[in-house]
Amino acid sequence: MRLNYPSNVKIVKIPCTGRVDIMMILRAFESGVDGVFVAGCLEGECHFLKGNLRAKKRVQYVKGLLDESGIDGARVEMYNLSAAQGQRFAAVAREMTEKVRLLGPSPVKIGR
Amino acid sequence: MIVANRKPLEEILEMIRPYKKILLLGCNECVTVCAAGGQREVGVLASELRLSRAKDGNEIEIREHTLERQCDHEYIDQIRPFVGDYEIVLSMACGAGVQYVAETCRSKLVVPAVDTTFLGVTMEQGVWSERCQGCGNCILDKTGGICPIARCAKSLLNGPCGGSSGGKCEIDKEVDCGWQLIIDRLQELGQMDRYEEIIPVKDWTTARDGGPRKRMREDLRL
Ligand code: SF4
Ligand code: SF4
Repeated sequence: MRLNYPSNVKIVKIPCTGRVDIMMILRAFESGVDGVFVAGCLEGECHFLKGNLRAKKRVQYVKGLLDESGIDGARVEMYNLSAAQGQRFAAVAREMTEKVRLLGPSPVKIGR
Repeated sequence: MIVANRKPLEEILEMIRPYKKILLLGCNECVTVCAAGGQREVGVLASELRLSRAKDGNEIEIREHTLERQCDHEYIDQIRPFVGDYEIVLSMACGAGVQYVAETCRSKLVVPAVDTTFLGVTMEQGVWSERCQGCGNCILDKTGGICPIARCAKSLLNGPCGGSSGGKCEIDKEVDCGWQLIIDRLQELGQMDRYEEIIPVKDWTTARDGGPRKRMREDLRL
């Protein structure tokens, strides 16, 4: 499958979205990224049972932190897709890129 | 443990508005356990502050440091070598910690990043609830081990009041009636005779009403 997804998307590999920590996402924003999406397995299909559900809650929490900081919580999202859904991954990457493009560059970058 | 709550970012930003170099000080004890002001919360708050200030083009330098405790001189002394390099100390400890850091580092302004709330327990991960108000004269032996001061909204010594309904307190349908809990527990323990005893008016001078409290053990003093 040679699928195209926007070249501005950088992938950070982790063994399970349960490994996603609030600080990982915040650091990404501190480094100046415009948006982050967490791609977890389908709900109910986590190899570690609840990893993706925990990630979902953390993403929700980070949304609040970003809103509080004036960065706009909409810049972080959680998506659920299986490892076999390459097409969907490309579609999600395009959707998120488009969404972030509409939000514009991160205000952190503008401020600097 | 002492339970606290992180203050809203906006309030914290306001406290440190004029400053560009701050020391953000966490505490490894109670506020770590209740996830309000430990090392992790120091990291999250520092990140939020940096993001927020960078957004406004007003960058801030933050040193993140977490002490074993902020309520003991020996630990606070550890920041002496570098506290002078910062304009202000933002403490994530309970109110006692914030004040003790301020007393120890007299030349620095020390401000709180958390609201200290109650003495309580961890009910499950992420949930804490109040159990004691430090009244200075414990009566748990009379009440089946359930505190009427902390767990009855009116701190009634002989309850319940007429607002108790279906086991819940009249202040909120989600809040258990402290006195219902006491009665249930006394029944479980076969101690309902205790419930018949009237608990006399409490001498509140042992509590905060008697003024600031202090405890001393002569044998331990140096
Ligand atoms: S009776 Fe007083 S000391 Fe005992 S648990 Fe209640 S408030 Fe705390
Ligand atoms: S309903 Fe129960 S807990 Fe609430 S004030 Fe009355 S006795 Fe206290």
